[in-house]
Amino acid sequence: MRIQFIVNGRQVERETNAETRLLDLLREDLHLTGTKEGCGEGECGACTVLLDGRAVNSCLVLAPQVDGKEVLTIEGLAPLSKSHSRHSTGRAKGDELHPIQQAFVEKGAVQCGFCTPGFIMSTYALLEENPSPNDEEILSALEGNLCRCTGYTKIIEAVRYAAKLMREER
Amino acid sequence: MIGAAVLRPDAIDKVRGEARFVDDLAFPGMLHAAVIRGTVPHAKICKLDLKSVSKHPRVICTLTANEIPGENVVHVIYDDQPALADEIVRYIGEPIALLAAEDRTSANQAVKLATINYEELPAVFDSLSALSPDAPTVAVPAATEKAPNLFNAMRIRKGDVAQGFAQADVIVEGEYHTGYQEHAYLETQGAIAVPELNGAMAIYGTMQCPFYVQAAVAKVLGLPLSKVRVIQTATGGAFGGKEDVPSLVACLAALLAWKARRSVKLVFDREEDILTTSKRHPSIVRYKSGAKADGTLTAIEVDFVYNAGAYQTLSPAVLWRGLMHAAGPYRIPHVKIDGRSVATNTVPCGAFRGFGSPQVIFAHESQMDRLAERLGIDRLEIRRRNALQIGDETATKQRLSESVGVLQTIEKAGRLAHWEERLRKVEAFNAASRDRRRGLGISSVMYGVGLGGKAPFLDKAGAYMKLEADGSIGIAVGTVEMGQGLTTALTQIASEALSVPFDRIHLAPVDSSRVPDSGPTVASRGTMMSGLAILDAAAKLKERIRTVAKDLHIPKNEIPSRLKEIAQAFFMRNLDPAVEGWAQGAPVDWDEETGLGNAYFVYAYATHIAQVEVDLTTGEASVEDFVAVHDSGRIVNHQLASGQVEGGIAQGLGFALMEDIPQEDGRLMTTGFTTYRIPTIRDIAADTKVAFVEALYSAGPFGAKGLGEVPLMASHTAVSRAVAHALGAAVNTYPLSPERVKGSVA
Repeated sequence: MRIQFIVNGRQVERETNAETRLLDLLREDLHLTGTKEGCGEGECGACTVLLDGRAVNSCLVLAPQVDGKEVLTIEGLAPLSKSHSRHSTGRAKGDELHPIQQAFVEKGAVQCGFCTPGFIMSTYALLEENPSPNDEEILSALEGNLCRCTGYTKIIEAVRYAAKLMREER
Repeated sequence: MIGAAVLRPDAIDKVRGEARFVDDLAFPGMLHAAVIRGTVPHAKICKLDLKSVSKHPRVICTLTANEIPGENVVHVIYDDQPALADEIVRYIGEPIALLAAEDRTSANQAVKLATINYEELPAVFDSLSALSPDAPTVAVPAATEKAPNLFNAMRIRKGDVAQGFAQADVIVEGEYHTGYQEHAYLETQGAIAVPELNGAMAIYGTMQCPFYVQAAVAKVLGLPLSKVRVIQTATGGAFGGKEDVPSLVACLAALLAWKARRSVKLVFDREEDILTTSKRHPSIVRYKSGAKADGTLTAIEVDFVYNAGAYQTLSPAVLWRGLMHAAGPYRIPHVKIDGRSVATNTVPCGAFRGFGSPQVIFAHESQMDRLAERLGIDRLEIRRRNALQIGDETATKQRLSESVGVLQTIEKAGRLAHWEERLRKVEAFNAASRDRRRGLGISSVMYGVGLGGKAPFLDKAGAYMKLEADGSIGIAVGTVEMGQGLTTALTQIASEALSVPFDRIHLAPVDSSRVPDSGPTVASRGTMMSGLAILDAAAKLKERIRTVAKDLHIPKNEIPSRLKEIAQAFFMRNLDPAVEGWAQGAPVDWDEETGLGNAYFVYAYATHIAQVEVDLTTGEASVEDFVAVHDSGRIVNHQLASGQVEGGIAQGLGFALMEDIPQEDGRLMTTGFTTYRIPTIRDIAADTKVAFVEALYSAGPFGAKGLGEVPLMASHTAVSRAVAHALGAAVNTYPLSPERVKGSVA
């Protein structure tokens, strides 16, 4: 079957079959490997992407379900930022970060980084809907994302800080 | 630069989704592997029929044990584990045959087409049954006639425990049980084998120990070591789980790549990873402690048994670390410790953060509390009174000459937690509450940094360093970044040593062809050993830079700002701009007969205090507040270090409260994160304070020791002792699940 959808602002058309997971469509057909498979059963959140603005586990979404819709992955996040910031003088241009990404880097919320794209996408979904979440709202938005390295403390700090950065950007 | 708040460069790639993990990579013509595995715990393989597998239109080749070009072993310590079971399978999930297909879906479908007929053999699953003389023999070769499955037996004998217990005013005895713990790194195991020119093989993969992988692949393919090149890909967590297992994964991928003469990718899915890869050893620890009326320890007698699974893998090393850590960070004149690891028909256990020590720590810290209770001494105070200090002797008669911060960790943790005030508050809360109870737990630990006296030949590290023509610095080391922040810490060390800005230094991912065998990235040794190798390289490079600077009439103090000019001179005058650094651990020794000796060159220490609240109606325990104080010598980067501590606390909390793999007749009953629960963002303490006391180590880089494993080691018992305090009941078995907690209340 043929499906059409928008990925990171770009219209794409792909031949696929009804059993193909969105996760595989992204990683294998579109080479968007920033979305990770951690468990394949919707328990870890590493494959979180936005489908029409809503955070979903892309391992549980089948290709036909995205036909005519809009998908945002981690690769599409940095270009959405209005005020780009750069971190390090030792890197080439083009390493601009979205405020959420910036916050995760600055607050030390990244260790192995495998869960990071999923956490950032869940955070994006939260902050788009609720620019000033309280701690309970943060926990509630991220309870479906597992991290085995950080113990979550610095992730929570990063989300609070990201909210602040995004409010300032508005 | 040392101690500075430097942001980790790899975080930028990771937040952009651009860090390349093994499954993100592809090579032209790459095939996908799948493993045909045993489905029974102990059996003779009567028939292995792969005809239907081969007929699958997308399958390119299959491979069985008799086709292996080198030796059919996965080399770790003893060569008892085959890459593919040949005749006998010894645990459920053991690899028997392999296939490579043109896509992953076909590979996974084709696995189901294999036919295997077994003649089942008697099997044994728990360590005590396996120790009985009439147990079925699992170990290859059988250990002894009386105890065929006794993989390893080790001991410590110091002083005379009979005399020690005779001097004691109080003696407590306990038996402690822990089960499996799964690493649950978010990235599962995986490797890609890529045939290279001249019959060489390259391995790309997620791993801690590139040089273990190199040795294992060379052996299974029958290649010289020089023809196996191992490149570590971005590694999505490891925690010990990627110490030995990647050798097996790489061997399987390499065998298929050798046969198919194409690149082959093998990535486990979560179920395969949980069911078939190493875990923390289930344990039974019997512990007897004696103390005088003032709390002074007089003697301990410890006997512990670890269920090793079907093959040795790392069990001898795990057992040895358990032995060396069974006494805790205390002065004890009379010590008798016996440890055994036992073969059973279960998945081989291996390395997991703490490496055999968390099980005995649960016991030694529980014993300390029970002594305190019997003697009417405060729990923090009894630890303070017995804590090792400079000049003291450890359980192995090692005289500690420097860098002993355990007492400071106890005192600082007590201050940060407001220990006495908090105890009163907890008591007041409990007096006023019916259904909920609060408790405080404290746990102190010591940790031998590096591999220690059992394997001193592994404590080495190399570094390659070159001055580029623009004055920037390229470095290669042999220890890996797996999330802990090693790349950043080592770059800081290089930056400090060379007076070159952090941003002008690049540490390449590990490639075994660039640096000599640098030992494994385990035992909390990365920062220290590779840091020392970098310091050695930097000293040599600085010497050359000074010579050229002198020639250019550049004064010493202007070298850092004029390094580009100097580098240009290297380039124009054809001077050698590259150096190699090398580091060896300080001498260690160990006597097999008595267990005595200088077990490790230095120790790290920590004290954790946890406050929990237990709901008596549901049995649920939640951690409310946490204080963690560590002595790891000089802290190179506080943000990275506190991140290690917070992560270790969460992993220890999981070990104590929730992580559990029931096993039925050799079959593990959890297949994913639905059934194997790890802590979520809702399970961690609302408030966690992390602090350091820096007892500098003169032989470490800028005084640094090791940190990575210690937080988990300390945290789980702080939590379990807090639950015991809340319940006012004995807590002897992990995990403290709601059912178990309710059971101990009733």
